[in-house]
Amino acid sequence: MSHSYFWRKLHSLSGILPLGIFLMVHMFINSMATLGQENFNRGVSLLHNIPYLWFFELVVIFIPILYHAFYGIWVVYLTRNNIENYRYFRNWLFYLQRVSAVITLLFVTWHVIGLRFSEGVISNNITFEFVSAALNQPVILVLYLIGLLASFGHFANGLWSFLVSWGITVGEQAQRTAAYGSFVVFIILTAVGINALLAFI
Amino acid sequence: MAKDIRLVIKRQANPKSADYVEEFVIPYFPKMNVVAALMEIQKNPLNAKGDVTTPVAWDCNCLEEVCGACTMVINGQARQACSALVDQLTQPIHLAPLTKFPVVRDLVVDRKVMFDNLRKVKAWIEVDGTHDMGPGPRVSPKVQEQAYRLSKCMTCGCCMEACPNVNPKSNFIGPAPIAQVDLMNSHPTGALQRERRLEALMTEGGIADCGNAQNCIKVCPKEVPLTRSIARLNRATTFHGIKSWFNK
Repeated sequence: MSHSYFWRKLHSLSGILPLGIFLMVHMFINSMATLGQENFNRGVSLLHNIPYLWFFELVVIFIPILYHAFYGIWVVYLTRNNIENYRYFRNWLFYLQRVSAVITLLFVTWHVIGLRFSEGVISNNITFEFVSAALNQPVILVLYLIGLLASFGHFANGLWSFLVSWGITVGEQAQRTAAYGSFVVFIILTAVGINALLAFI
Repeated sequence: MAKDIRLVIKRQANPKSADYVEEFVIPYFPKMNVVAALMEIQKNPLNAKGDVTTPVAWDCNCLEEVCGACTMVINGQARQACSALVDQLTQPIHLAPLTKFPVVRDLVVDRKVMFDNLRKVKAWIEVDGTHDMGPGPRVSPKVQEQAYRLSKCMTCGCCMEACPNVNPKSNFIGPAPIAQVDLMNSHPTGALQRERRLEALMTEGGIADCGNAQNCIKVCPKEVPLTRSIARLNRATTFHGIKSWFNK
């Protein structure tokens, strides 16, 4: 086994575990806002007070994101898209996976700088009021909608691709069923994510 | 009824010269294919402007979509010129050489890389000696059927041409040799070298470079189950990788 095989497989895995799981947990925690302002603020302060928070952030979030992003840029570079001549459904999704990758990368960078590092390494200002003030600016709201859709689409299609790349779905029927399943994941994430976003408006 | 066919052909005099486009107008006859159209140019090498030009060079051999030699880009898609019927093509008919291989001249390309890749993944069955080793192992009809579908690959290069991950920037070996590993591994004698083939697929440019665009299975003229083979070998290489790591 060469190193390239290992790193490529790790790229596929890191998108699901931990990043995909983290994305789902993130949307779930955001949804606390739908139950009201105090509920959200309580949830955030609970998260900020769990033990070994720095370890979780570093190992479960930052390192996997940086790895997935940098290796992903290389993967995007290695591709020569050809949807103009080969207009197949899967080829479109393959292309959109790369488009959404770039959008998600820009969005996540902006999002993390703005919300996680707004006050330096430790930010304690994340409250309902703070997020609400930001999202009530139409430009920011639209950018968030685009960023959310891109990351949900990237994750859902990446999930389908992961199942093929790891040899879990082999036959055509299994791959088709997995595609419907990934689409359901996309719809649920979109519904939950947008519902949480609109709770701040 | 006399009808004319208009061809727009991307040409190149030799591997090092610049490419250019030349148009041709040739007489139509019923049921003609692209090879027949190119033969008309060969008979009377005049371009659409009426100037004398060099006849367009192309490769062909079997003329029944079995050898893969006449594979070229016809109206944007890779396919065989012999099975591309003029009646079914929109005009003008655009012909170009395959873009993933070095051009030799006009529509002739050098597909050597495909054969190098077959060698890389050890796509053969080793028999140690020419002496009589008795009857070979029995192969179940189920495996035979699967092997037959895989054995239809004619190394034409359509899957390579349509694959977005096969290009000058990447080292990806492409779908065709991966399916041949599936074929060789499915044979009881071939299976003796199974792990060596899996390891070859796990080197740089191997199976992990597949991005699941799945264009290969759409364009394959022989309907080789390429994506199934890729997924099967994704599973086999994953297990092999984990197993060899724990056995290290």
